[in-house]
Amino acid sequence: MLLRKLLDKLKPDFEKGGKLEKFYPAFNAFETFLFVPDHTTASKGAHVRDAIDLKRTMVLVILSLIPCLLFGMWNVGYQHHLAFGISDSTIIDNFIFGAIKVLPIVIVSYISGLTVEFIFAIIRKHTINEGFLVSGMLIPLVMPVDVPLWMVAVSTVFAVIIGKEVFGGTGMNILNPALTARAFLFFAYPTKISGNEVWINTSPEDGKQVVDAYSGATPLGDAAAGLADKIPGIWESFIGIIPGSIGETSALACLIGAAILLYTGIGSWRIMLSVFVGGYIMALIFNLFGLNTLMQISPLHHLVLGGFAFGAIFMATDPVSGAQTNTGKYIYGFLIGLFAILFRVFNPAYPEGMMLSILFMNVMAPLIDHYVVAGNIKRRLKRSNFKQHA
Amino acid sequence: MSECIKIKNGLNIQLTGEANKLLSDLPLPEVFAIKPSEFTGISPKILVKPGDEVLAGSPLFFDKNNEFIIFCSPVSGEIIEVVRAEKRKLLEIKILADKEIKYLDLGKSNPAELSRDGIIDALLKGGLWPLIRQRPFGIIANHTEIPKSIFISAFDTNPLAPDIDFIMQGENQETFQTGLNAIIKLTNGNTHLNINGAKETASIFRNSRGVIINKFSGPHPAGNIGVQINHIDPINKGEVVWYLNPQDVLVIGKLFSEGRYDASRIIALTGSQVSSPKYYKTVIGTSVKSILNDGGLKAGENRIISGNVLSGSQIQEDGFLGYYDTQITVIPEGHESEFMGWLAPGLEKFSMSRTFFSWLNSKKKYNLNTNLHGEERPFVVTGQYEKVFPMDIYPVQLLKSILIEDIEMMEQLGIYEVVEEDFALCEFVCTSKIKSQEIIKRGIEIIQKELN
Repeated sequence: MLLRKLLDKLKPDFEKGGKLEKFYPAFNAFETFLFVPDHTTASKGAHVRDAIDLKRTMVLVILSLIPCLLFGMWNVGYQHHLAFGISDSTIIDNFIFGAIKVLPIVIVSYISGLTVEFIFAIIRKHTINEGFLVSGMLIPLVMPVDVPLWMVAVSTVFAVIIGKEVFGGTGMNILNPALTARAFLFFAYPTKISGNEVWINTSPEDGKQVVDAYSGATPLGDAAAGLADKIPGIWESFIGIIPGSIGETSALACLIGAAILLYTGIGSWRIMLSVFVGGYIMALIFNLFGLNTLMQISPLHHLVLGGFAFGAIFMATDPVSGAQTNTGKYIYGFLIGLFAILFRVFNPAYPEGMMLSILFMNVMAPLIDHYVVAGNIKRRLKRSNFKQHA
Repeated sequence: MSECIKIKNGLNIQLTGEANKLLSDLPLPEVFAIKPSEFTGISPKILVKPGDEVLAGSPLFFDKNNEFIIFCSPVSGEIIEVVRAEKRKLLEIKILADKEIKYLDLGKSNPAELSRDGIIDALLKGGLWPLIRQRPFGIIANHTEIPKSIFISAFDTNPLAPDIDFIMQGENQETFQTGLNAIIKLTNGNTHLNINGAKETASIFRNSRGVIINKFSGPHPAGNIGVQINHIDPINKGEVVWYLNPQDVLVIGKLFSEGRYDASRIIALTGSQVSSPKYYKTVIGTSVKSILNDGGLKAGENRIISGNVLSGSQIQEDGFLGYYDTQITVIPEGHESEFMGWLAPGLEKFSMSRTFFSWLNSKKKYNLNTNLHGEERPFVVTGQYEKVFPMDIYPVQLLKSILIEDIEMMEQLGIYEVVEEDFALCEFVCTSKIKSQEIIKRGIEIIQKELN
């Protein structure tokens, strides 16, 4: 094959002693991207291996995000046209408008993130890992559509460096990198990721003005303001025809992604399930009090609003920053769901609690695992003490 | 008979090239070899030189650390070569076998009438002691210790593993029982004979007396001794369990009933690169060359493995079967790089996950080669090892404790209960292609050093 020959011809330059030796990680990344390498197993140990690798895994996660991305593009266009009272826009119109707004964010996220990854790999002489392929897609999906592109770049760079590389790269990070990017944006430029101005693109359209009824607020924003009658119905929220971050609005699209992740065996059903259970129970408890609008939203409705479903399925299940033990995953997921609703209800400044809840539990995950593993150690110790005394 | 222990976590890897239930009548190979380097932890002192004539049962070398443990020739004939590596490390002692094996007379006895010490003495002197291994560490048992129990696994669930029921079907019940009678006396506790609960096992196992017969069912590694020990009588710090292969019970039986070291073994030639895979009757330390010629190897670059594809060792075409192995596997090497392989639908690719479309056909048998299918990565995916690791141990946490060489943590997390083969499936399924078996081996070495 021509491509293979070309790579084989270039390879010596990048290998030890070659003139471009320094750039070997970059070359290796391209080579292994194009070809699954010819590496074989060692002479002792498992001589055959499962066909799965990290590239395959990450590609399937990206695939599972595609429904959210596509729906998000459509919804961006739909919300925009709705705001201007344009009722005759077709699905295609909406989708194209959204794609023009969303794709630049995706491209900026990938370019800025991968640039940092390549620089780090070259400086630290390690191979380029596939982790960012997923982060690069997650970041745009949790951004509001009107976020300035330079902010996407800055927060992505921050997330890759502080969220991941300082800990040693893929597999070593404590926080979910995509949420680190969002949190950075939230604390550094709060006006661009909260309030009522950013969720719907209102760039002028043929001199038209936004319609009178337009508010720009997300359902959770309305709920926090006590505007119970403005909260869209549960079906509308489930399908995702509501304002919000680009990829998070449709619980339906998230569930399609979840189906792919669970069926292929990549995503953890333990985490997904327990996040929803945790959120449901917390919302149910608040229903009992019902002191304000947010407390009165029904549990199921809570689960399809805002970033709850998206976070439960794509963010909480990040294997690196989440709990690692099976028992730990139940606890970790349950608490994420619980805290997400808790933060929603008790944090009027920022009614979306999912991001902070997951980041908080990312930090707590090693502690949960520690106690789960300590239980195993105790069991083993007890077994041996019992023997000695018997 | 106790009830069936069901193993839930595990994975059967369906490969092509299973041995047909046929016992070849191929005459014994000409050359045999004992490989001192495969017994971890011993320092061999050789007792023979090229040109010496030996009988089956004549000592070849002993362990300088424990002079009672001697290793004997499995056949009679002439020592033709002593192969050494750098620093004179002893690799192989090769013996050119006589057409008809002549045995050293070791004297008959009845184990029922012997004391424990008498049995140990007979096994040590006959050179049969290395057949008995111990956990922790999977090394030759220390005869000065008393094991809390002894385990024999009467079935093998590894990919393409030989069918032990088929191997044992023509064997003498009395010889087997004599072997068991000797083994039973080595422990104050129980001797467990673990059989496959999913099918009718050979009568030789069902009719065994003096042992506890346990049934196991479920996917691989249900047949692994480590899993069985963990479920029946787990090892705590300071405890030892001994174990051996069912065919070696026969070898021990023959020592007592016939007074000789008859190291006969039936082995299986398996793998997708073998034209006619079947069973062969041979002797411990057999050269594989004539067996491979008889079975016929398919064209292409092949990997010959002494043992199974999950935990065996690569050998050369003129190499020798490992001391404890009862299986030769031949699979193709996988040197080709695949264009965009991570994106392909992968109908012919085997994976525990459903990330390739091969899940459409769950009955399919695969012809797997030695390709890694990816590059090594840090630990990323979680929960994967647990799906194939049926012990009350946290596999990833144990591996990490070894990587940071935290001895106390290794002990707490169960290093005494595992050996390399217990992590073979973890290594197989690992998305990050981490060499778990190598890590476990290192962990065991660290612990052994610490204990000495």
